[in-house]
This record gives sequence, structure tokens and C-alpha cells, in this order.
Amino acid sequence: MPEPNRLARFEQVVLPHLDAAYNLARWLTRNDHDAEDVAQEAYLRAFKFFGGFHGGDGRSWLLAIVRNTCYTWLQQNRRRELTTDLEETPDIESQEPNPETALLQSVDHQMLRQALEALPVEFREVVILRELEGLSYKEIADLAGLPLGTVMSRLARARKRLQQYLTGQVDKEA
Amino acid sequence: MGCQVTQDLMQGYLDGELDLVRNLEIERHLQDCQACSRVFQNHQTLRCAITSGALYYQAPANLRKRVLSTVRKANKPETIPRLRSWRWLSVGASLAAVALLAWILAPLLIRPSADDLLAQEIISAHVRSLMASHLNDVSSSDQHTVKPWFNGKLDFSPPVADLADQGFPLVGGRLDYLANRPVAALVYQRRQHFINLFIWPVAAAPDTDQKTSPRQGYHLVHWTKSGMTHWAVSDLNQRELQEFARQIQSQAAGAAR
Repeated sequence: MPEPNRLARFEQVVLPHLDAAYNLARWLTRNDHDAEDVAQEAYLRAFKFFGGFHGGDGRSWLLAIVRNTCYTWLQQNRRRELTTDLEETPDIESQEPNPETALLQSVDHQMLRQALEALPVEFREVVILRELEGLSYKEIADLAGLPLGTVMSRLARARKRLQQYLTGQVDKEA
Repeated sequence: MGCQVTQDLMQGYLDGELDLVRNLEIERHLQDCQACSRVFQNHQTLRCAITSGALYYQAPANLRKRVLSTVRKANKPETIPRLRSWRWLSVGASLAAVALLAWILAPLLIRPSADDLLAQEIISAHVRSLMASHLNDVSSSDQHTVKPWFNGKLDFSPPVADLADQGFPLVGGRLDYLANRPVAALVYQRRQHFINLFIWPVAAAPDTDQKTSPRQGYHLVHWTKSGMTHWAVSDLNQRELQEFARQIQSQAAGAAR
């Protein structure tokens, strides 16, 4: 039975977050075309599960579904990109632990985009959710089904790697 | 606080996830310690570059259409119900017609106005903020601490005024979600009463004078100024809340001059 009210409510609560959905899918798939497919699939899933949405933050709810859809897609298409032993991967200790702030200030968007894309997907997603969506640690932990401590450590390691990547990059170009 | 502890807590400080006491301790340490202050500056620089907006991918225009049509298709019934006789079909059709008519008319008859719904939402947000002791994400009486805290969290910069001299000290601020968007919530205090002031931008709206409405024992005052909608809500009496609204407006006018 078609439910006009359900559709209307879905369009009101979930559809406005299309940019957030696409942005996350785009960062996780790193490709325009795939991101569109994943976003569309995620919306279809979201609509099917919409009966389970009992108010609250529509954006976080949708993003959790987008994230799951992305991981399914990655598993099917880019299995290599999913790191299984992420927590054991050691960080490279840089020789210069505190790069010059001026170096970081000279970084442009292109470089930054590359640096973010170079991160493992599990690190990249916490940066996107924290910095681009402005979600709190708790919201990210709930959304991704991760312990709070894991969110914090991934974010810290991601930021460290970004700085290393960027300062290395700037050095090479100079 | 030492360097090791400061650096361990630096991420939380950067993300506004620490409590007030820790925040102050770190601020104090950063003032004294050049090395830590540099680490912090690097983090700040990186975060500013990331949040500057250029990295956000906007959904392409056609995606909205695609998504809509997929969802609408999914909303259609998958199987056509098998009806044995035309008589049942006609009964079904008239029932459907009545249902459709009711569906169209009911919202028109009972729908509260947009302002009513919003007022309800605002009271709920106010009550919730007091109930869950989640009044502030950033606790400070300093407008120069509260205002920058919103940077990167919102796509606009809310005006933050300090009304301590007028008897409405600023207590802090937090993010909230109203009218389908993230909004700034500033918290002021008058004696034992808290005032939540919600601010968000509205597209192409003319300035409006303040309107007051009492509801469920709370008072609400709202107005629009320079493209920003303001809603103040409190259990404070109406006269003082209106006074508060006037003070905020005159501070804003003063700042613009």
C-alpha cells in the first residue's frame, strides 16, 4: 500500500540532507559517478528503513546508512582499500615532529584534497564527519558503530598523517 | 598542566569536547609553552584549511531528481491487489476516494501555522537543554570566546553580545537543530532563569519587529534583523524577556554603527 504521508515525511526529513550524503559518498568512493550511485542506493535503503526512524537527527541517521552503503560498495569493488589491521598499522615517525606552521599555511586545496584522499578510508571518514559535517565525537561513534576511544584515536592519527603528508609534499615542491 | 597531558588532550580541546576546567588549564598552558602552542597552531591551520568550504562536494543537480524518482517508485505498491468482482472494486474505489479527500483536507483543517510549529520546537529545545544538563557546548561569559567557537560548526557567524552590564550575563553557547537546520544557541542568565537565544539566517527576509507570545508557561520573543532570525525563550516574565530582546537589538545596532 502506498503511503503518501510517509513519502512526504521522508522528503521533508531526509531529502534535505542530500549534499551531506553525496559529500560523504564522494569522499569514501573518491569518484563522482560512483558517489552518485551509492547516494541513490543509500536513499533507497533509507526509504525502506524509514519506518525505523523515530525522530531525532535526520542527517546522522541518513549518514549512517550512506556509510554502510559505501562500505558494501567498497567491499564489492575496492576490497584492497579496506584495511583490516588498521589499529596495528604503525604510524611513521616523522623526523620533524612539529612542522613549521608557515608550511601548512601555504597548502592549497588541491594538495589538501590529495592528502585526504591518500588517507585510509577509515581515517578519512572521521575527518570528513568531524570537520566537514561538524559532528561531535559521540555522534560519529554512534553513526559508525565505533567506540568513542577509537573515534578519538583515529581522528588524532588522521590529523597527524595529514600534517606529515602535507609538509612532505610542500618540501618536495619547494 | 604539563606538555604530555596537554598534547594528549589537544584534539579534544580543538574539537570543543573538553569541559570548562580542562579548557582553561590548556589555555593557560598554551600561553606559557611555545612548543605546545605551535602544535596547536598547526592543528588550527589544518582544520581551517579543511573547513574553509572548498572541500565540500555539493550534490549535482540531477542527483536530486534521480533520488526522488527512485524513492517515489519504491513507494508504489509492488503487486496489484487481486479483486474478484467489480462490485468490490467500486466499494474499494469509493473508500479510496473518501480516504484521499480526507488526506487532502485534514491537514488544511488542522494544520497549525508554521510559526506555531516552530514555537513548539523552540520550547522543546529550551526544555531539553535544561533537562539533559546540556546547556552549553562552550561555557564562557566572554563573547570573544563564544563567537569564534561557532566557526566551522555553522555556515554563518551569529552575532554574540555580552549583556552582563544590563543584568543578562552570557553563560555560553551550543549548537542546536531547529527548522531543519543547525542553529546557534546562546545562553544568558537572569537571576535563576536561563534564556536560550536561537539564531539562524533566513534567506531574503525583511526585518521584523519583536513579537511576543506566551505558551505553556514560557515566554517567547522573536524578530528578524539583518537576515538573521532570533528567537528568545525563557520562563522569565514577559516584561524582562522583552527588555532582554531590546538590549540584544540595541547592541547589534551599536555594533553595526
